[in-house]
Amino acid sequence: MKKIKGILITLIVIYVATAILGENFLGGYNQGKLLERTGLYGLLGIGVAFVIITGGIDLSIGSVVCLVGCGVPWLVMRQGWSPGSAVAIAMVVALCVGLWHGFLITKLKLQPFVVTLCSLLIYRGATRGLAEDQSQGFGGEHETFRQWGTEAIEVTDKFGIPYPFVILIVVAVIAWVFLNKTIWGRYLFALGNNEEAARLSGINTDRMVILSYVICSMLAALGGLLFILNGNSAQPSDFGNFYELYAIAAAVLGGCSLRGGEGTIVGVVIGTAVMQLLKNMINLVDWLKSHMEFLIVGIVLLVAVIADEMIKQRVRKLK
Amino acid sequence: MGEPFLEVQKITKRFPGVVALSGVDLQVYPAEILALIGENGAGKSTLMKILAGVQPADEGELLVEGKVVRFLGVQDSQKSGIALIHQELNLAENLTVAGNMFLGREPGKFGWIDQGLIQRESKRVLEMVGLEVSPETLLSELTLGKQQLVEIAKALSTDAKVIIMDEPTSSLSLRESERLFEVIHDLREKGVSVIYISHRLGEVKKLADRVVVFRDGENAGMLKRNEVDHDAMVRMMVGRDISQFYQRTKHDLGEVVLSVRGLRSVEHRGYKLDFEVRAGEVVGVAGLVGAGRSEMLAALFGARPALDGDVSVAGKGGLPRSPRESLRRGLALVPEDRKGQGLILDMAVKDNMSLASLRRDSKGPFLNTSKEEELVAEMTSALSVKTPGSWQLARFLSGGNQQKIVLAKWLALKPKVLLLDEPTRGIDIGAKEEIYLLMEKFAREGMAVLFVSSEMEEIMGMADRTLVMHEGRITGELAREDFSEEAIMELATGGNINKEE
Repeated sequence: MKKIKGILITLIVIYVATAILGENFLGGYNQGKLLERTGLYGLLGIGVAFVIITGGIDLSIGSVVCLVGCGVPWLVMRQGWSPGSAVAIAMVVALCVGLWHGFLITKLKLQPFVVTLCSLLIYRGATRGLAEDQSQGFGGEHETFRQWGTEAIEVTDKFGIPYPFVILIVVAVIAWVFLNKTIWGRYLFALGNNEEAARLSGINTDRMVILSYVICSMLAALGGLLFILNGNSAQPSDFGNFYELYAIAAAVLGGCSLRGGEGTIVGVVIGTAVMQLLKNMINLVDWLKSHMEFLIVGIVLLVAVIADEMIKQRVRKLK
Repeated sequence: MGEPFLEVQKITKRFPGVVALSGVDLQVYPAEILALIGENGAGKSTLMKILAGVQPADEGELLVEGKVVRFLGVQDSQKSGIALIHQELNLAENLTVAGNMFLGREPGKFGWIDQGLIQRESKRVLEMVGLEVSPETLLSELTLGKQQLVEIAKALSTDAKVIIMDEPTSSLSLRESERLFEVIHDLREKGVSVIYISHRLGEVKKLADRVVVFRDGENAGMLKRNEVDHDAMVRMMVGRDISQFYQRTKHDLGEVVLSVRGLRSVEHRGYKLDFEVRAGEVVGVAGLVGAGRSEMLAALFGARPALDGDVSVAGKGGLPRSPRESLRRGLALVPEDRKGQGLILDMAVKDNMSLASLRRDSKGPFLNTSKEEELVAEMTSALSVKTPGSWQLARFLSGGNQQKIVLAKWLALKPKVLLLDEPTRGIDIGAKEEIYLLMEKFAREGMAVLFVSSEMEEIMGMADRTLVMHEGRITGELAREDFSEEAIMELATGGNINKEE
């Protein structure tokens, strides 16, 4: 609870500020949209949180989103696959991607940054080749399949809880249980803090690291799938661009340390919400222009990290 | 004796969870060899770091030639004529001897280095320490002993009046040590004072004009040259008679539990290791730094996979491949580097204690928190770990309590063989005694204990039998009744091998 207090207060402050300054912020449509965006991006954030907790990083998330987001409609519309088998193969591909990253990082001892930087380029390049740089989507077909990304559980006639957000909550609960209630979660935190000590305590650290990259890639794939179902159009050259950075930013806002060994799922979800809220605020408040998005997100992130570090150092001094 | 050149008055230094120095005094007179001794954690190194300007004191004052000085950095200390030679040499192997000596303070103007001056000055100080090498030699071409002399020459080139040497002989051969002692005597003749820190009481006795003893961060006494003898020093260091400190009881040994056959580590491919340890036996492993003792334990435990060989625990065994496999067989390793390998500093005491036994105690993949708490409570009281609560981060505990957490982690698994690598390094006397009592208790209960130690006292006090290593091989084995500092040192420096050859 202590760890997420800061980010929770940030969320509330920005929420209230936007409600006062912006137009139509509290409207049902806008609130639903916020939840939907949080749901979509939150999946990526939770994925990368697992990797960050082990002390690693995954820069290929955006490209995996692109691969799946373009690949699934390509299989369905151009190759005539059923949606079910297209999704299945996408997940298998994501599993292999994660295993591959984990293998290179643990067995060949390559640096996560380098491995996933190469992947960032490779998967996007491969997708562009596969789709011949053509925009991919479902057109007007497969309405029921697309509902996973577009529908909502209705609450009032203007506001509903979007499916992607529901999926995020389900994934978040599973991830929370995994991290806090299973031995594997404990192992992840332990090896993120001190891999050598964890290994000497009999933990198969390689296997745990590989697992974290698999989780990350599979959640990126799930996110990519929901993004395309939701948006219905994916341009291979820019679909999912920078999404890894949004995910990493959300995880860091939510209390993950890139040094490893630290992080909470609730924090990451709130961190994602803060990022989406900031975007929303920039759209709705008149005197904030859309080109200021990166500027504002960057500043908020920096302030959050500085505040976190200062509090930590003070706590250390008190002890 | 005149006025002291350097005076330390009532210096206090605190670290989180521990008072490293509390109000210590020290005087260093011109041209004297002052030995500073004390157990690990007595505060010697902390004081030396303060003298060298590496870290500031919390309270107290430093006086150089009667004037109060304040060191904000290493440069300040150097200007006052103090030089510290670390135990691990701070030299760049890829540079030349001269390059090392003037690293960071190259003479010259506008970024141009005055090579001529460097050459002249290097030659002068190298002569002073009697090292006959060209200043252009690459450091990596020199032996460790010669590198040490380069460090001393470097100190002299800064016009040091006091040179602090922290365990200078810990990685030197006997002959290199002898050479170093000659240099130290020479320095004294030239008016330089040496503060000599060592655990080797034999050396101290041979060398020191005066001995100052620290214990638990306080002054424990001072001995003049004519009062220096082994027992007096030990009494002051330990605070009582040594015979009470190491308590071993006689008990019968059981079956052979650990049997090592033809084990070859990656680091020392040329030698095979063979030995056995019985249930209830405490076996020490002695040797100089770099003798391959830690590497042997790592290979034995599978921390760094061995090349080949067989390690059997109670009859079951094979080539050790991973720590996981080894702990299933009943081995446990308390590593040398407590903070780097033993503990997860930023996790709770509880999480550290249960880490190795989580899988055994889990319900499927799920943590069994009640069982975990039970275990932690049991271990905390059995080892009398002092912590405000099991939620406390391991980082904030004292060295002794940290070491107990590492022990607890392994005891939870009830191992048959306990491997300890420098089990009492950096912990205070009280905790040390407790660790010894625990080792004795484990042995009495039938565990086989194998421990590596660089402290002669500890080896001679605790072991039933000692293996001595030198450059990767076991050069000999001594039974308790044959223990003597000389016998162990002879084997540790490869004396017996050299004779044979």
